[in-house]
Amino acid sequence: MAPPRASAPAATPPPAALDGPDSALRAAQAEPLHPPLSGRQKTLGILGAAALVAYPFVFNTPFPQHVMIMIFLYGMMAQSWNIMAGYCGQISLGHAMFFGIGAYSSAFLFVTYQISPWLGMLVGIVIAMAAAAVIGLPTFRLRGHYFAIATLVIGEIVQIVVQRWEFIGAATGIWLPIIRENQLVNFQFNDSKIPYYFIALGFLIVACLAVRHMERSRLGFYFRAIREEPEAARSLGVNITLYKSLAFMLSAAFMAMAGTFYAQYVLVVDPEVVFPLTLSILVLLMAVMGGVGTLWGPLIGAAVLIPLSETTRILLGGTGGAVDLIIYGALIVVICLFKPEGLIGLVRQWLPAPPAEREADHGDS
Amino acid sequence: MAILEVEGLTKKFGGLIANNDISFRVEAGEILGLIGPNGAGKSTLFELLTGFYPPDRGAIRFQGHPIVGLRPDRINRLGIARTFQKLKPFQNMTVVENVMVAAMQHTANPRKARTQALETLSFVGLLEMRNAHAKALSTGQRKRLEMARAMATRPRLLLLDEVTGGVDQRSIPGLIELVGRLRREGMTLILIEHNMQVLMSLADRVLALHLGRKIADGTPTEIQNHRGVIESYLGAAYA
Amino acid sequence: MTQDIIIQAIISGLLMGFVYALIAVGLSLIFGLMEIVNFAHGEFLMLSMYTAFWLWSLFGLDPLFALPLCAALMFTLGIATHYGIIRHILHAPMLVQICATFGLAIFLRASAQFLWTPDPRTITTSLVEGRVEILGIFLGLPQIVASVGSLAAFALLYLFITRSDTGLALQATAQDRQAASLMGIPVDRMYALGWGIGSACVGVAGVLLATFRPVDPEVGALYALLAYVAVALGGFGSILGSLFAGLLIGQMEALAGWLIDPSYKYVVIFSLYLVVVVLRPQGLFGRF
Repeated sequence: MAPPRASAPAATPPPAALDGPDSALRAAQAEPLHPPLSGRQKTLGILGAAALVAYPFVFNTPFPQHVMIMIFLYGMMAQSWNIMAGYCGQISLGHAMFFGIGAYSSAFLFVTYQISPWLGMLVGIVIAMAAAAVIGLPTFRLRGHYFAIATLVIGEIVQIVVQRWEFIGAATGIWLPIIRENQLVNFQFNDSKIPYYFIALGFLIVACLAVRHMERSRLGFYFRAIREEPEAARSLGVNITLYKSLAFMLSAAFMAMAGTFYAQYVLVVDPEVVFPLTLSILVLLMAVMGGVGTLWGPLIGAAVLIPLSETTRILLGGTGGAVDLIIYGALIVVICLFKPEGLIGLVRQWLPAPPAEREADHGDS
Repeated sequence: MAILEVEGLTKKFGGLIANNDISFRVEAGEILGLIGPNGAGKSTLFELLTGFYPPDRGAIRFQGHPIVGLRPDRINRLGIARTFQKLKPFQNMTVVENVMVAAMQHTANPRKARTQALETLSFVGLLEMRNAHAKALSTGQRKRLEMARAMATRPRLLLLDEVTGGVDQRSIPGLIELVGRLRREGMTLILIEHNMQVLMSLADRVLALHLGRKIADGTPTEIQNHRGVIESYLGAAYA
Repeated sequence: MTQDIIIQAIISGLLMGFVYALIAVGLSLIFGLMEIVNFAHGEFLMLSMYTAFWLWSLFGLDPLFALPLCAALMFTLGIATHYGIIRHILHAPMLVQICATFGLAIFLRASAQFLWTPDPRTITTSLVEGRVEILGIFLGLPQIVASVGSLAAFALLYLFITRSDTGLALQATAQDRQAASLMGIPVDRMYALGWGIGSACVGVAGVLLATFRPVDPEVGALYALLAYVAVALGGFGSILGSLFAGLLIGQMEALAGWLIDPSYKYVVIFSLYLVVVVLRPQGLFGRF
C-alpha cells in the first residue's frame, strides 16, 4: 500500500564527462574526507596526552587534582549541551535536569537496593533519554525564545517536584554511605582522587569521541542542516522532529553520566545542587565562551572558567565572595561583544587552519 | 502515465483564497511551466505539493499514490524535490556539505555521499566552489547550489521556483542551459518562471494562474496568445 | 470563614498581579521592539530594590520619595545597557544575545553579593506600614500601595505608547524597523528609549516591592521567571497581554497556593505556560 521509495533514480547524477574534463571531478573525489592532522597538531596532541596522564602524579595534592576533575566534569557537560544547541541549534536552558536525573538515579538505586552505581548510571542514562524524548515531542515545534523558556520552566518544575518528593529524600536529598571495600564496583574511592581523575577523564574522552563521530556522520550533517535551515532540511528528506529528538537524547545521556560521576564524587545529591538553573546556565556559558558547534570549544570554556572559580574560592574562602562570578559575567559579556565565535577563534589563529566543516555558527538566529 | 495528478486543490489564508480549485496533470518527462503575476498562487501551489502547507481541499497523487497529509520529508523521500523562492542554503556549511546532506538520504556513508555530491556539483558547475561556505556564494551560485541539493535527493519530479529570478543577466543563459540538461536526463520538472523567453525555450506546456485560479493550460505559444493571460499580466486595456 | 479566605486570596493575588504586570511589561516592551529577551531583567529589579533600601538606610529617605529617583536611575541603566552591549549584538545569533544578557545578570547578581553580602535586608519603617481592614478582609497597606502604584505606572506607560508621538514611533519601530527607519524614525534611539522605559518599569516595581519584601542578591530570579512566563503567555511584545498575564499569574499564585499546596504554586504557573505555548505558540495575544 505504501508508495514505493524513489530508490531507483530517475536522473542519476550524470557522468561528469558532460562537464568537460572529469579529471577535476576525480581529483576532487580523491581528496581526503578530513584533512590530516598537521605536525604541530600531532605534537601538541601527544604532549597533551602525556601531560594529562602525568598530571595527578606530579601534582599529588587534592586541590590541583580536584580542579582538573571539575574541568573534565564540566567539559563533559558543556560538550553535552553543545550537541543539542551548538550542532542542532536547539537552545536548552534546562539541561541541569538531566544531570540531576543521572545523579539521583544511581544514588537512589545504590542506597535503596545496593545496585552498583555503574548500573545505576545506565539506568540514569535511559531515564534521561526517555525524559528528553518526552519533553522534546511537544516543545520542538516552539521557535526561538519560546523553546528556550519552555526548557527553563521544565527544569524549574523538575527541581520543585524533587524538592518535595519524600520518596527520594525531598530537600535533604540522598546521602551515600561511605564504603571502603570493592571500590571499583561501588564507584567510591576514599583514599585518593586519582581514580576519580582517570574516570572523569575517561568519561570526557568518551563524550568527545562520540561528538567527533557524530560530527562526521550523517547524524552531524543532519543536525547542522536543522540548525542552519530547518525548512530546507525537511525539503531534503530530513525528519527534523526525529533528529532533534536524537540530539536531545544524546545530549541528555552524557549529562546523566556526568550526574552519576558527580554523585559518586561528593557522595551526596540534593536538589539545590544538582537541579539548579544556575548549573544549566553555567554549562551554556562554558560552551559559548569556548565556541559552540565545535569539538574543542566547550573544553576550552571549561578549562578557562573552572580554574577561575576554584582558585578565587580558595583565595577568598567560602563561596569566594562571588568574585569568580563577577569575572565570569564580565568575561562572557566581553566575549559576546568582541569574539562571538568564542575563544576557539583565538586558538585557531595560533594553530594551523582546521577543516572548514568544523567551523560553525551559534545556533539559529 | 501521469506522474503527478492534482485535483481541485484549494488553500485559503484567512479571507484570501491563494489556490482555488486547481486541477492539472504532469506527464513523466515533461517540463511544465507555471506563470502568473505576483500573488497568483504559484509558490503556494509548490508549498501544497511538497507538504509544507496542508490544502483545505483537493487531492494530490504522485505516481498514483495520494500524498496529501504527508510530511515534507516523507514527500521528498517519495521522489519530489524542490527549491525555495527565498533561497535557503545551509549558510555555515560548505558547498559540498550542503549537497552531502541531500545525498545522505541514500547512503549513511559520508565518503559515498561526498562522491555523489561532487558529481552533482560538477553537473551544476559548482565543483570549484566545493569548499567555500554557502554564505560566500553569489545569488546565481546559490541558485545552482539549491538545485544541486534538490537533485542529489534523486527526485523523479523537481519543482524549481524562479530559476532566473534575482540573478544577474550574465548568469541566466548558464542556468537555462542547466535546466535544459536536466530535461535531457529525463527529469520531470515544474518551473515557476516570470521570464517568458525562458519558458518558451524550456517548457513543453504552461499553466497560467491568476488570483489563485487556473486560467489557461496549453503549449507556450498558445499561452502567449491567450487573451486571459495577457489581461492578467497587463490589465484589460492592453489586450 | 473559608469564603473570607478565598476572597482574601483573590484580592492579594490581584494586588500582586499588578506588580507582576508592571515587571512583565518592561520585558515585553524590549522584546517587542527588538526581539531580545533581557535575562538581566530580574537583576535590574534587585538593583532598584537595593537602591531603595540604601536610600532609606543611609539617608532615611522613604521608599515612596525614592521612587522617582530609582526610576530615573534604572532608566539610565537601561539606556546604558543598550549603548554598551545590546546595540553591538543586535544582528548576532540568538545564542549570543542570550549569553550577553545572562552574563550581565550574573555580573550584577555577583556584584551585589560581593558588595552587600547575601544577607536579606528589610526596610523596617516606611510611610506605608501595617494592615488595613476593608469589609472584614485584612490587606497589607504596602501591598495596596504597590498595586495602585504599579497600575498607575502601567496606565501611564499605556497612554504614552498609544497616544504620544514618541510612543507611536516606538510602535512603528516594533512593527517594522526598516519602514520606520525610512519614515525618518531614529531606530537606534527608539531602541535605547525602549530599554530605558522597560528598565524604568522594573525600577518602579522594585521600589514598590521593597516596601514589604526583603531584598537579597537572588531576589530578582523568581520575579524574572514569572515575568518570562507572563510575557510568553501574553505574547511577546503585547502590552495589554502583559497586564492580563500578570493578573492571571497573580491569581494562580494565590489560588494554587491555597487550593493545592503553596509549594506547588509555581509548578502550576509554569505548567500553564507550557500548555499555552504548545497549544498556541504565539501566546495568548499577538504583538502590540
